[in-house]
Amino acid sequence: MKIGVLVKNVPDTETKIRLTADKQGIETQGVKYVMNTYDEFAVEEALKIRERLQDGTTVTAITLGPERVVETLRTALAMGADEAIHVDDPAFEGGDSLTNARIIARVVEPMGLDLILGGKQGIDYDAAQTCSALAEALGTAQALIAVELKWSEDNQSLEVRRRIEGGDEIVHVKLPAVISCEKGLNEPRYASLPGIMKAKKKEIKKVDLTGVGLDSAEVGASGSATRVVGYSPLSERPECRILEGEPVEIVKELVRALREDAKVL
Amino acid sequence: MKRFEGMDFMRIDEQLSEDERLVRDTVRSFIEDEVLPVITEHYEKGTFPTDLIRPLAELGVFGATIKGYECAGVNNVAYGLMMQELERGDSGFRSFASVQSALVMYPVYTFGSDEQKDHWLPKLAKAESIGCFGLTEPDYGSNPAGMITRAVEDGSQYVINGAKMWITNGSLADVAVVWAKLDGNIRGFIIEKDRAGFEAKEVPYKLSLRASDTSELVFTDCRIPKANLLPNSGGLKSPLMCLSQARYGIAWGAVGAALACFHEALEYSKERIQFDKPIGAYQLTQRKLADMGTEIVLAQLMALQLGRLKDVGKADFTQISMAKRNNVRKALEIARESRTILGANGISGEYQSMRHMCNLESVDTYEGTYDIHTLIIGNAFTGLEAYS
Repeated sequence: MKIGVLVKNVPDTETKIRLTADKQGIETQGVKYVMNTYDEFAVEEALKIRERLQDGTTVTAITLGPERVVETLRTALAMGADEAIHVDDPAFEGGDSLTNARIIARVVEPMGLDLILGGKQGIDYDAAQTCSALAEALGTAQALIAVELKWSEDNQSLEVRRRIEGGDEIVHVKLPAVISCEKGLNEPRYASLPGIMKAKKKEIKKVDLTGVGLDSAEVGASGSATRVVGYSPLSERPECRILEGEPVEIVKELVRALREDAKVL
Repeated sequence: MKRFEGMDFMRIDEQLSEDERLVRDTVRSFIEDEVLPVITEHYEKGTFPTDLIRPLAELGVFGATIKGYECAGVNNVAYGLMMQELERGDSGFRSFASVQSALVMYPVYTFGSDEQKDHWLPKLAKAESIGCFGLTEPDYGSNPAGMITRAVEDGSQYVINGAKMWITNGSLADVAVVWAKLDGNIRGFIIEKDRAGFEAKEVPYKLSLRASDTSELVFTDCRIPKANLLPNSGGLKSPLMCLSQARYGIAWGAVGAALACFHEALEYSKERIQFDKPIGAYQLTQRKLADMGTEIVLAQLMALQLGRLKDVGKADFTQISMAKRNNVRKALEIARESRTILGANGISGEYQSMRHMCNLESVDTYEGTYDIHTLIIGNAFTGLEAYS
């Protein structure tokens, strides 16, 4: 089986995000980037499939973005991926999810992948669109927010347990397919030290605008149907007030505050 | 508390390669997920978290700088960063890895025969075998040349008699690299735990390194085959070479313990309100934090430069002494200072600083005491030996 895994380099959840002065983007200075949490489940699942099949199955990690994203490809290689592809061109900058999915589709089409795994969403922009859009662009099946994969005997189809509101939905999917992964699917392994040393020697394949065979007008900001016009931080939470005193007094004051200050009663 | 993200005030991270950072971050996650949730309980009970030995081996921590023999083959800087993260967990936890790598695998690799290397190194890397290192004796600590332990040839065997003290992993180990005098010359021997006449006893009542096995090894007419001699070992220089490896790792490890304390005290100082403002807003606290942070940066720089020297084969044992001496003592002072910022809470195991402080008292003493390193550095500067 040929498996592709979409990985994304995102700011660490602990990083404090600051907007640029013009509010058109985030300040990247001093931001620590890591592999998107949900993509770790995707890499782990791909490696588990390869380990189960033992038939020469390959796992290729793919990412799109500037030079810094290579670190995430290295992490995927260190975890055990066989190959990595870095899709990068100045023309790709500013593209929306759909445009980026079209670029990735061009990269993976000639590879003849049987299965493409990705995280259910990027924890940075929360669009949760790339896997869907990629399946559309490739014309393959898709199953999103997977928490369990049950394979058929011939490994040509699978049942995907999807986490939905209030329960699970079980979907039968035929390969080729794109599946997005949710927490609970597996326990991602740590990249081992020997893995890191092996990853260091592996070559990362670069694909640029010419490589994907698209026109610069079809990609990046100019090729996108949506455009980000700005960002705004959440408004600060109002200060918390703690009432003190005898219960009878507190209740009186609470009712008064709800009526007069908050005006909810 | 806010998750630990390291402390990189001087942007030293930019001096690290991608794989060096990846090694550090991997071990950091492991410590965060697996060690920190359980370490306090082990410390209190005086037990080593043995169930974490295999996962550590799977990470490729043991003998990480060795090339071949199923070892990772990382450089010395990556090894140091790994030690830093392990000791951010606990000095006892780092000690386990130091002993297995620097004091057991290193001497087998450096002084062993091909048969010994092929037999032991992959097993030790996978932690199928756990090792310990016996040099110090009850009456010979800083002066190991005076050791009493003897090996006597008897036909196809050596007979070992003597005792070794303060041996990390001594009871957990199933193999020991033991230094003994053979015809007056210090040699290294591989002694399996199941040899008759080999006994290990845990040191009781420890107030430091409680999450670590510290034992005494006793050899009474312990017979081993001649093939167990490390053929290329000879003289005090051999065990001292091992100590240089371990001390190098400790110089980095101490930075980890210091980082843990600094991070804890810093976060606490921003949240703890006294007299209506965070204690971090007071000049006395800021003075402490400024001093601690500066010492950490200096320790980081010294460890990194030492690692770069070691990677090109230019690190000298006197430079290693300087880094070990400075970084451990500074870490100890930082741990004490952190504890004062934490106030009464600092004496509780809910916080880490006092555990690190108690651990660092041992680290300041083992692998060459602070005072012995002072004399080594003094000797390097003056050319005059103060201890002979």
